[in-house]
Amino acid sequence: MKVTRDVIEHVAHLGRLELDPDEIERYTAQLDAILEYMDKLNSLDTSGVEPTTHAIPNVNVFREDQVTESFPVEASVGNAPERKGSFFKVPPIIEVE
Amino acid sequence: MEGLLAKDIVELRSLLARKEITSVELTRFYLERIKKHDDAIQSYLRVTEDLAINMAEEADKKLARGEGDLLTGIPLGIKDILCTRDMETTCASQILRGFIAPYDATVIQRMKQSGFSHLGRLNMDEFAMGSSTENSSFQVTKNPWDLARIPGGSSGGSAAAVAAGLCVAALGTDTGGSIRQPASLCGTVGLKPTYGRVSRYGLVAFASSLDQIGPITRSVKDAAALLQVIAGHDSMDSTSIPQPVPDYLSYIGRDIRGVRIGIPREYFIEGMDQDVRQAVEDAIKMFERNGATAVPITLPHTEYAVATYYVICTAEASSNLARYDGVKYGFRAPGKDIIEMYKKTRSAGFGKEVKRRIILGTYVLSSGYYDAYYRKAGQVRTLLKADFDKAFEQCDLVLTPVSPTTAFRIGEKVEDPLTMYLSDIFTIPVNLAGLPGMSVPCGFDRLGLPIGLQIIGRPLEEPLMLQAAHVFETEMKLKKIPDRFA
Repeated sequence: MKVTRDVIEHVAHLGRLELDPDEIERYTAQLDAILEYMDKLNSLDTSGVEPTTHAIPNVNVFREDQVTESFPVEASVGNAPERKGSFFKVPPIIEVE
Repeated sequence: MEGLLAKDIVELRSLLARKEITSVELTRFYLERIKKHDDAIQSYLRVTEDLAINMAEEADKKLARGEGDLLTGIPLGIKDILCTRDMETTCASQILRGFIAPYDATVIQRMKQSGFSHLGRLNMDEFAMGSSTENSSFQVTKNPWDLARIPGGSSGGSAAAVAAGLCVAALGTDTGGSIRQPASLCGTVGLKPTYGRVSRYGLVAFASSLDQIGPITRSVKDAAALLQVIAGHDSMDSTSIPQPVPDYLSYIGRDIRGVRIGIPREYFIEGMDQDVRQAVEDAIKMFERNGATAVPITLPHTEYAVATYYVICTAEASSNLARYDGVKYGFRAPGKDIIEMYKKTRSAGFGKEVKRRIILGTYVLSSGYYDAYYRKAGQVRTLLKADFDKAFEQCDLVLTPVSPTTAFRIGEKVEDPLTMYLSDIFTIPVNLAGLPGMSVPCGFDRLGLPIGLQIIGRPLEEPLMLQAAHVFETEMKLKKIPDRFA
């Protein structure tokens, strides 16, 4: 076993997911199988090989620094589940005494 | 209206220009077909009837003035992952339910300029993660050739709608095969362009270094026509390639004498359907009869492609999907503080495959595992790309099957993610290398299910692929639409 329930719970927290016990069980087994399959990558010697992040290299794409039309406020916040005027409204971030 | 289904975009355009039909009539013809047949297929998430008619009326006005472009008056379906202004764009996810896009994706903008009519939004695997469209959180799309089977995925709604004649053509997206595999399983043509050929601006991101938008159509010529409109540089996508767009349609009808086709031995594997193997081998012979030369080639790192892909795509997805936090748009579940709100929102809003990939992607990027998985996969990606570079010194196109099997049954692989992942083995390497790839129908298996041939080209060599695919299609004369929908 590469993956334990604790690992899944920790990674789910990092990804901001809350899993029920059934999901933890299922994902632990499935991820274990998937990661074991992925281990076949380690059978390849890749020393000295540069990793590819983009297949078609485009280095330093610049454009003119010009003022262009931007989204109106209403278009930007119009989809918010909760808002106050032109702001996104969220639950408390800092604890209040 | 007889014979309208068999007409390609260029033929329809000339009927429209000669006023033998109006765009409103053509659009109504497809809307009626959707009403009649889509209850059985479930390819559309939402049909935008009023908008389609409005756009068709605008097109008719343009045509009446003697104006018009390649797509003026042509009714098309859109995968529900491409932002379209003032319209709901859901990615078949609960978390984006009710999201109204405030802008048009570049491809939508270009197609609007060209004058298309927007029939509706097509089903897909949630956030394009899947190979069967069973991961849609709204509905299961059926394969028009056998309603008990999946249409492939993730652009399964697009491929099924095209195969059943519920639109002239459709747009799909392809990260690891999501255009080509459903196109193959539904007996349609699907083209994934070179990475960077088509702007991704307004495409909801899954894995940004792999995603591309492309057409799913009933003919090679239609794929050329749609690509003509959507391809080209866009300053809104810094990965788009600043190269002029060739006249794709001008390559339709050219012969393939002297073209060298590479046949990679690693793509004819154990466990492949015998009928698929036979159909692809017959296809190779047909290319040879048309003057092409078959060359045996090797792509030695093929067996590492699936593992490489699922490290890279889940890593990129876990990062891209961090934006769904219940703050800016979409669904929110209440929570006593912000972390609880994030967790409850994301847990209720994402389906199980999306959660699985976020967990896997977060794992491979997390401290202590980054080098072992993410960096390693990037290195193997370099080797996979080098395989193709080397192969293309000996050949001009590579021919392979699209999928090792034909369409499988609904529910068959749902509980076995690894087996589902392995079904993408022939399409994934093309995305990792950034190459253009295409699926063209090449026959049917003993159950009457479609088989697809994959044609892979060098970067930006879509013209030669279209040219070869058209020669092949013309020779094959395969049935495009199943009898019950014809």
